Amino acid sequence: MSARRAGLAVVLMVALLAGRAEATEAAHVIPSHAWIRVLPGDLPAGAYVVLENQGNQPATLRAASSPAYAEAMLHRSSTENGVSRMAMVDDLAIPAHGKVELSPGGYHLMLMKARTAVRPGDKVRLQLRFDDGSTLEVDFLARPANATGDTP
Amino acid sequence: MTLRRAGRLVLGLACLLAPLLLAGCNRDDAIPWQLTNVTGHMPDLDFHLVDDQGKQVTGQDYHGKVVLLYFGYTHCPDVCPLTLAHLHVVMQRLGPLADGARILFVSVDPARDTPEVMHAYVNAFDPRAVGLTGSPREIEALSKRYRSAFTREPDDANGQYEVSHSSAIYIFDRNGNARLLSTPDRSLDDLVHDLHLLLSLGNPA
Repeated sequence: MSARRAGLAVVLMVALLAGRAEATEAAHVIPSHAWIRVLPGDLPAGAYVVLENQGNQPATLRAASSPAYAEAMLHRSSTENGVSRMAMVDDLAIPAHGKVELSPGGYHLMLMKARTAVRPGDKVRLQLRFDDGSTLEVDFLARPANATGDTP
Repeated sequence: MTLRRAGRLVLGLACLLAPLLLAGCNRDDAIPWQLTNVTGHMPDLDFHLVDDQGKQVTGQDYHGKVVLLYFGYTHCPDVCPLTLAHLHVVMQRLGPLADGARILFVSVDPARDTPEVMHAYVNAFDPRAVGLTGSPREIEALSKRYRSAFTREPDDANGQYEVSHSSAIYIFDRNGNARLLSTPDRSLDDLVHDLHLLLSLGNPA
């Protein structure tokens, strides 16, 4: 293969990959109001975000990870018959042209084992992974334990 | 009798009579509570636990304060902090009156919740919050006393576990009598309204 042909192949591949990227679930999801409730010591923290799917296809959140925490899990809290419980969930679907809110008392990401202390005011990057393997990087604002209301 | 002693006697009598007078003018059914009135339907505040300073405490130690009792655990990253953050807002809205109240956060996970862990946890929410832990038997007794339950869920692969627990807030008056019950569907306005009333009762000044 000549150098020229090889170059052309690379250009084609890049174009293909770019085309693919546009079609991914992550590419259509717009995150906002991302924050983490920081608790003392090494206690697990809840992370919250609003995910808006601007695509024509549903997007499904599968998993999350962060360089700042050893583990991140998708959870859901619920209160029924006066009992609060929390359970792991496998995924969370965001309808086409719809949005879901990960918010206190409902869906949230549980972050465990901070690699270094996270303090209120810090920006913490999380990677959200969707059903098709595409990922979305989101910066979460660390807020104090007793934070209420929307992110500032 | 010196004047000073007479003064003290009058003050003492007033203190003794004040609750009776208040009970007379404010019959419970006349008080416009927003939360569920449980007066006479739930036992008074009674427990033997360890506070977040490591001190043995009983329900008696909180007489004189309006008590907000809530069961939870520190490895609960979502619902417990949400409830405690809401209670912090309520305390802030009560202003100086809030000094007459205590949030008692009782751990349903004494295996992980030592007084040290509880101390850091409750203080991250409100200076008037107290963390209580103790023997599993004592905690179970307290939970049962208010007809609530908690269940340790199965361990995950890393040996971590969640605990399902009552979502209610039990509110006691300054004499340790159970008065009100709040549930997560109640607004902060309702809590502020009723606590304002309860804190003003038996506060002759």
